[in-house]
Amino acid sequence: MSVITLAKDTMMVVREQDVVPFRNRVKEHASKIRMGVVNQTKLITAASELVRNMLRYANGGLAIIEVVSKGRDNGIKLTFSDKGPGIPDIALALKDGFSTGKSLGLGLPGTRRLVNEFSIESEVGAGTTVTIIKWANG
Amino acid sequence: MDKIPILRMGQFLLVTIQVDLYDRLALDLEADLVKMVDKTGARGVLIDISAVSIVDSFMGRIIGNIGSMSKLLDAETVVVGMQPAVAITLVELGLPLKGVFTALNVEKGMDLLKSKIQFSTEDDFDYESESEDDKQDRFSLS
Repeated sequence: MSVITLAKDTMMVVREQDVVPFRNRVKEHASKIRMGVVNQTKLITAASELVRNMLRYANGGLAIIEVVSKGRDNGIKLTFSDKGPGIPDIALALKDGFSTGKSLGLGLPGTRRLVNEFSIESEVGAGTTVTIIKWANG
Repeated sequence: MDKIPILRMGQFLLVTIQVDLYDRLALDLEADLVKMVDKTGARGVLIDISAVSIVDSFMGRIIGNIGSMSKLLDAETVVVGMQPAVAITLVELGLPLKGVFTALNVEKGMDLLKSKIQFSTEDDFDYESESEDDKQDRFSLS
């Protein structure tokens, strides 16, 4: 079954102060499709982690919020693309406790646990794109 | 510039976070709180996060930092009012906030802080009541 996009919203995130408005935008879309509070919190926390990564490692980038549907399920798809340094070893970056920055190394692996679908593409020197989907009832 | 107010209540400092924190604000709060603990000699810090809907790994780290820094200055930290959805998310994220005391609401948090401080003042009393010889023994041992 394919994923259909119902609505699309694009936002540039280049400063720390953009994070909260971005989270609010995600929240708006999530409550519109009647996502439960726990799932909303998970989605927004995941979004927050990924936006933070984008700001820290790539000085910001593009965030796309999409309302998607697959069969009977509605959900929110978020895409974060940056033109940063890229991730040389994705498997390592997805491991708990690994960090090249000074963080706890929970961002990527933690985010993966919070959402239903998670994919990451990265090319060293070209940038990174992370896509997540959280289904309203997922 | 935005700032999170820190209220002093007897031996305790009280912080109620009413807005979604961005990084700079959280870092400022961390620094302000530690300075305030030092300045006032507060014995406890109570952080109310009942209005916070998102705690991500950064925010979690700040809370943990405040706890450990205050501990070094002889103050206990209690986080109160965490929303259930936030608790679920934090554990799944892999950040169970070890080392920080939590309580369900402000009232219970205050009780917890008071009991922590009572324990430590009783300890102090014991040391003082020891005879001079005991003290000397202890120093020579260490």
